[in-house]
Amino acid sequence: MDYDLTEEQRMFQQMVREFADNEVAPVTDELDEKGEFPYELQAKMAEMGLFGLPIPEEYGGSGAGLVTYALAVEEISRASASLGITMAAHTSLGCLPIFFFGSEEQKQEWLVPMATGEKLGAFGLTEPEAGSDAGATKTAAELKNGQWVINGTKCFITNSGTDITSVITITAVTGKIGGKKEISNIVVPAGTPGFTVSPPYRKMGWHSSDTHELSFSDCRVPESNLLGGRGDGFKQFLKVLDCGRIGVAALSVGMAQACLDESVKYAKSRVQFGQPIGRNQGISFKCADMLVEVELSRNATIKAAWLADQKRDYSREASIAKLFASEAAMRAASSAVQIHGGYGYVEDYPVCRIFRDSKILEIGEGTSEVQRIVLSRGLGL
Amino acid sequence: MNIVVCVKQVPDTSDPDTEVHIDGTGKGVDQGKFSFVINDADNFAVEEAILLKEKHGGEVTVVNIGPEAANQVIRMALAKGGDSAVRLDDEKFAYSDPVATARLLASALKDVEYDLVMTGCLATDDGYGAVGIALAQLLGVPHAAYAKTVEVVDDKKLKVGRELEGGLLEMNEIELPCVLAIQTGGNEPRYASFKGIREASKKEIKVMDLAATGLSEDQVGEAGSVAVMTQYSVPEVGELAEILEGDPAETAGKLAGILKEKGLV
Repeated sequence: MDYDLTEEQRMFQQMVREFADNEVAPVTDELDEKGEFPYELQAKMAEMGLFGLPIPEEYGGSGAGLVTYALAVEEISRASASLGITMAAHTSLGCLPIFFFGSEEQKQEWLVPMATGEKLGAFGLTEPEAGSDAGATKTAAELKNGQWVINGTKCFITNSGTDITSVITITAVTGKIGGKKEISNIVVPAGTPGFTVSPPYRKMGWHSSDTHELSFSDCRVPESNLLGGRGDGFKQFLKVLDCGRIGVAALSVGMAQACLDESVKYAKSRVQFGQPIGRNQGISFKCADMLVEVELSRNATIKAAWLADQKRDYSREASIAKLFASEAAMRAASSAVQIHGGYGYVEDYPVCRIFRDSKILEIGEGTSEVQRIVLSRGLGL
Repeated sequence: MNIVVCVKQVPDTSDPDTEVHIDGTGKGVDQGKFSFVINDADNFAVEEAILLKEKHGGEVTVVNIGPEAANQVIRMALAKGGDSAVRLDDEKFAYSDPVATARLLASALKDVEYDLVMTGCLATDDGYGAVGIALAQLLGVPHAAYAKTVEVVDDKKLKVGRELEGGLLEMNEIELPCVLAIQTGGNEPRYASFKGIREASKKEIKVMDLAATGLSEDQVGEAGSVAVMTQYSVPEVGELAEILEGDPAETAGKLAGILKEKGLV
């Protein structure tokens, strides 16, 4: 049993922390206010290897494990949840489907430029009427003359409309098998005729991450853009989502840590009734609870990532980590705003943004309710 | 061009929670709660060395005097592009003044081929600002301190910009080999990539104790020092000093009041 990080992991964690403190944190509020995608920061992060950490070096990545990836997502998210999700969604949803299921040719063409961070990737699963119920997917792809003809709509797709977005892997109904929908994953390059990216959503938070509705109207891509086997779409995206949950869990840990840091700082400096408010147990206990939840969230996240690195089944642990860490982050954000009082409700203090940025953690990559369904089914219920 | 860059590990003074307490000996500070980082100016020296290597080829050797824990700053310099490293580690090296420190660094260079040696211009902990100059003297080569820009003229010459008061840049030509004590702000120190960090773990850090340096005991540590540090002390609060207490909003208000009262604003 060993709880220590390796020297390599510690060094990279330190480097990412320095980067987040020096380069990201000073511009987070401005980016959030303008709702701009941070191309410059993205490029600097790409140089550090942050956009392809778990992808092997031969495909443009860094060949790091998921523990290292989780540590990096946490550090970036501590400074900016928007950048955290940009990095996490690109890695798990953009890169991994092609890495896991793509042919050598597909990997060379699409994965390599994404894993180096030169390009961004996205995954289109959710639809207006098919969220948690992925079986209700309506987007259809019909094979005609060696081409998939795609029609339908996808929503809430992260990284799908940046200047450097290269491909979106989408789930689509490609036929019926025994009365059931046959779902397959198909890669759609940005700019394909018939593929339209709507203007960005006006989101509650994550303002500098890029999220769009996508529509496909007789959009044609080559038959060879099918990812893996026809009809494998369902089991493919379940595998991708397991890893995505580690990303969202790590994001949550970083944001909860930021809440704790800001709350302790404020509780020490804010004086009311002649003493710092942190002397009141009503405040200090909130901070203690936050500390406990940050620590437990981090442990759960790293455990899931470690299991994945050991090539062991980590689906349940990823779900536990995602469920607990996301709800803990929301609680931490709520406490942090409460500790800041009126100042927590104005944008001059970071906890205001973190509060807005937190809610989605309980929704994206499987809602809390879906996690509970998955976990309770595992209990045989 | 082969470059040697000397790096020191220092307490992280950017951490607002860093409190300095003098230890029992009176000649050191309690380091238990410190986190350690590369000295600020040395970080710029490392970047300058790697930029020169990328442009002109050659190898960068990182040299440090410190305990095993200092491997952390050495490995980071290697992760950014350094090729190999030497760490001088012996308890007899403690309390070395800038001259004894420079003597140790010089001893590490006896088996290293170099055209250029760089140090930071000033350490953020003891602040002597003298090691680079002493090192040049011991190596018998020219030096420039507070160097902010470095250009290679040819195999034998550099053009070095020294930063003076008011941002004035004094341009000098200096012959190689030489020692440059690098000022902060002349470049943008990079962040190591994950691959760089992985590579760094495979690079050698040669450790030298007193015997390996070929120096004698009276050339190092306190015995080998020109200036001997006797004691640290905390300045006493003078009668004319007024320390404002309270949260920032409160103290800022008080300060503004005092400045107004004295007619300073």
